[in-house]
Amino acid sequence: MSGILVITEQTGGVWHKMSFETLAAGQQLGRELGLPVRACVFGKTTPSADLAAYQLDGVIAVEHELLEQYTADGATAALTGLIKELQPDYVLLPHTYQVRDFGPKLATRFDRVLLSDVIAFKVEGQSVGFERQLFQGKLNASYSSAAGAPVFVSLQAGAYRAEALVAGSAPVETRTPLLDASQIRQQPEAPFRESARAVDLSAAELIVAVGRGIKEEGNVPLVQELAEALGAELAASRPICDSGWLPMERQVGSSGQTVAPKVYLAVGISGAIQHLVGMKGSKCIVAINKDSAAPIFEVADYGIVGDLFDVVPALTEAVKKARS
Amino acid sequence: MKILVALKQVPARDSQLKVDAAALWLDESELSFEINEPDAYALEAALQLKEQHGGEVVVLCAGPERATSAIREALAKGADRAIHIEDDSLGAYDTLSLARLLAKAAASEQPDLILTGLQSDDLGSGQTGVVMAEVMGLPHATIIMAVEVDGASLRVKRELESGWFQHVRMPLPAVLTIQSGINKLRYATLMGIKKAKTKEVKVLTASELGVAPAATVRLQSIYQPQRVKQTQMIEGNPAQQAATLVEKLKFEVRAL
Ligand SMILES: Cc1cc2nc3c(=O)[nH]c(=O)nc-3n(C[C@H](O)[C@H](O)[C@H](O)COP(=O)(O)OP(=O)(O)OC[C@H]3O[C@@H](n4cnc5c(N)ncnc54)[C@H](O)[C@@H]3O)c2cc1C
Ligand SMILES: Nc1ncnc2c1ncn2[C@@H]1O[C@H](COP(=O)(O)O)[C@@H](O)[C@H]1O
Repeated sequence: MSGILVITEQTGGVWHKMSFETLAAGQQLGRELGLPVRACVFGKTTPSADLAAYQLDGVIAVEHELLEQYTADGATAALTGLIKELQPDYVLLPHTYQVRDFGPKLATRFDRVLLSDVIAFKVEGQSVGFERQLFQGKLNASYSSAAGAPVFVSLQAGAYRAEALVAGSAPVETRTPLLDASQIRQQPEAPFRESARAVDLSAAELIVAVGRGIKEEGNVPLVQELAEALGAELAASRPICDSGWLPMERQVGSSGQTVAPKVYLAVGISGAIQHLVGMKGSKCIVAINKDSAAPIFEVADYGIVGDLFDVVPALTEAVKKARS
Repeated sequence: MKILVALKQVPARDSQLKVDAAALWLDESELSFEINEPDAYALEAALQLKEQHGGEVVVLCAGPERATSAIREALAKGADRAIHIEDDSLGAYDTLSLARLLAKAAASEQPDLILTGLQSDDLGSGQTGVVMAEVMGLPHATIIMAVEVDGASLRVKRELESGWFQHVRMPLPAVLTIQSGINKLRYATLMGIKKAKTKEVKVLTASELGVAPAATVRLQSIYQPQRVKQTQMIEGNPAQQAATLVEKLKFEVRAL
């Protein structure tokens, strides 16, 4: 085969939602290049039948006892066999934590570099450019592949929309990869959560989130006062929670909570993708940042370029006045 | 145990980034540099493991001459010695050939454990450690939040998405990619800084290691991202900005 192979992700029969974004990207690339698109899902058993409802040239379920729990060694071995056999031109993956774990290893098996965390394809004729972010989203870069098929690409969360996925029908086949327990060196234990979440930020109407621009733990009350004046929940970027300045359960982002309040006010937050995925769905985003080039302004509806230590107290005052 | 820490020097976090004339990298003339953030946590994790189990912490860094300051800082914090692959043309190496270069230098040390950061702040490809593991035939795990060593095996805490975690066991030697924030970074003491000056830094070149640059992927150009969203920028002094924002929240967003 030539064409596009989309590797999806599921755990215990539950789809990772980025699987569908990646499938949509695969369909679009397939249309633009005139290439067939197939999807693959792996596990002990898989919900492969769900994929039969999309316009795809085939769905391949790679199923094996040893794929019951994800391991980097197991996934790599199973998918290496499939890719060798299918010889796709492009292998697309969602840039999930799991793909971060095995994607580079898989690409290395083929002497390729995974073009990771890609945000867009730029197709011109038969040549494809790959757009990625550098410096935590402060700059973009365009990459090309210089080595030919297979080209491995992982796609950033939200880069393509699952809603664009075209329905249709696709034949499903199941394969059993050649796998041996001795190939798998990682022994995973059951996933767990650290704490019962006392705070459910997903229900909040208003959120004020604080980032590393706050500089010191002792300054956090400044933002807390603003949150109180607004009647908002207080949230934070990861480094604030890592430092223990606010509890983990207030962290927004890919490893924390996903929120969609009416207003999300980001104070001193740069807007790295791992933070953005947790709050991009907010109805209205306000950003206060001293750097006019901060990536947070790319998603903001309202922006204030300024020193938070001047702007936040003034804002707290103005809110109190408006409220009284 | 012998622990190798792969450490990269990157532009300091709050730098103003200027694209160079060829649009292929940054104009570095006015930049200051620092240790890539997760790598600093990887170093700290290595130093703590050494405190628990004894052994040696070796820093491995590929970079131009300026990277010496990052290496000295790591030595001042307590690393025992360093290997500096000094080369001005590392831009010609893609992640695979760079990982091969690092792996080549690492292999001759025969470490029990290799720690890398999970991602570099500049290129952000998030894969050098995983590729090193594959090239060296070692098991690995990524986005690591805690490391326990018992005898010849490891038990690590991997971060999964949305607040989930998982413990994974694997045999040593192994490669781990370390997440930022997993421990509290130490500062270099005055004593440490003094001692660092006497510690060994082995300087190697890429050609001595016999790994040629290769590019299976090529960086074509770097540019400012185009803004897709129309952001209303609120001007004025802080009091005016605050008053305007409150107006907008009240009448346009209807959230107050
Ligand atoms: C696998 C992985 C998972 C991650 N998960 C998450 C996650 O769930 N949530 C998350 O948030 N991050 C996460 N991160 C980290 C993320 O990549 C960023 O490092 C982090 O979001 C940065 O936090 P920040 O914006 O607060 O800090 P910085 O990036 O340091 O930004 C600070 C900002 O404050 C501004 N500033 C400084 N001083 C002032 C001032 N006086 N006034 C106004 N503005 C000022 C600066 O201009 C800068 O833009 C993850 C990373 C990885 C690799
Ligand atoms: N030039 C380098 N020298 C030493 N270590 C590096 C270098 N480049 C990358 N690394 C390591 O690999 C990790 C991941 O980098 P990257 O794959 O570029 O995101 C970094 O956090 C470093 O630990």
